[in-house]
Amino acid sequence: MGLLAPADQERLRDAFDEMTRPVRLLFFTQTIGCDTCVQTKQILDELPELSDKIVVEEVNLVLDRDKAAQYGVDRAPGIVILGTDEAGAVQDSRIRFLGAPSGYEFVSLVQALLLVGGRESTLTAANRARLAAVNEPLTIQVFSTPT
Amino acid sequence: MSLAHEMAYANPHITAVAVEATEFPDLARKYQVSGVPKTVINDAVEILGAIPQDAFIEQALLALTTAGPEDSAHR
Repeated sequence: MGLLAPADQERLRDAFDEMTRPVRLLFFTQTIGCDTCVQTKQILDELPELSDKIVVEEVNLVLDRDKAAQYGVDRAPGIVILGTDEAGAVQDSRIRFLGAPSGYEFVSLVQALLLVGGRESTLTAANRARLAAVNEPLTIQVFSTPT
Repeated sequence: MSLAHEMAYANPHITAVAVEATEFPDLARKYQVSGVPKTVINDAVEILGAIPQDAFIEQALLALTTAGPEDSAHR
């Protein structure tokens, strides 16, 4: 039994069909002290069933500290989206989620998967040029709530 | 959120983190989140609500010239 209604699954399957590149989600989880890790797992487990381009890899935040540090994740549930470059090498998209991706965040997660999966960016040419000039770290945190 | 994601995807120096505010009250408190969406860039620039792409990017780039509370010492 999935969390998504059959009609939603169908719409997502159609959307994910447009993906041209594989995407891997690193799901940082922990057994104790994470109220929403189970819910997050349930949500993420639905995704690979909808597209063979999507893979979910669970990482224990406590046991695999090296990986957590590598991707700058210090809380669970945390999600890191990895893409693939033209040569097929795994590439960090630097897109992260903290907290269960339900409601509004689920929509946001789907958008991120489509983007990293090869969809055209909606950034204008002028804005792409402005961003290309950024050569020092910029961390953007966006706070939202499920509804 | 999608705009921040696109920015991160466009430039290797940019990281975008979507934070579920109710699950992390300590972060919500630290960044004084009283309404959503609230965007915080390099702990220096804040954007309230959803704003158009040009304005969002303009504000975000201000963070590179605005010293945040933590690095104000060497500016």
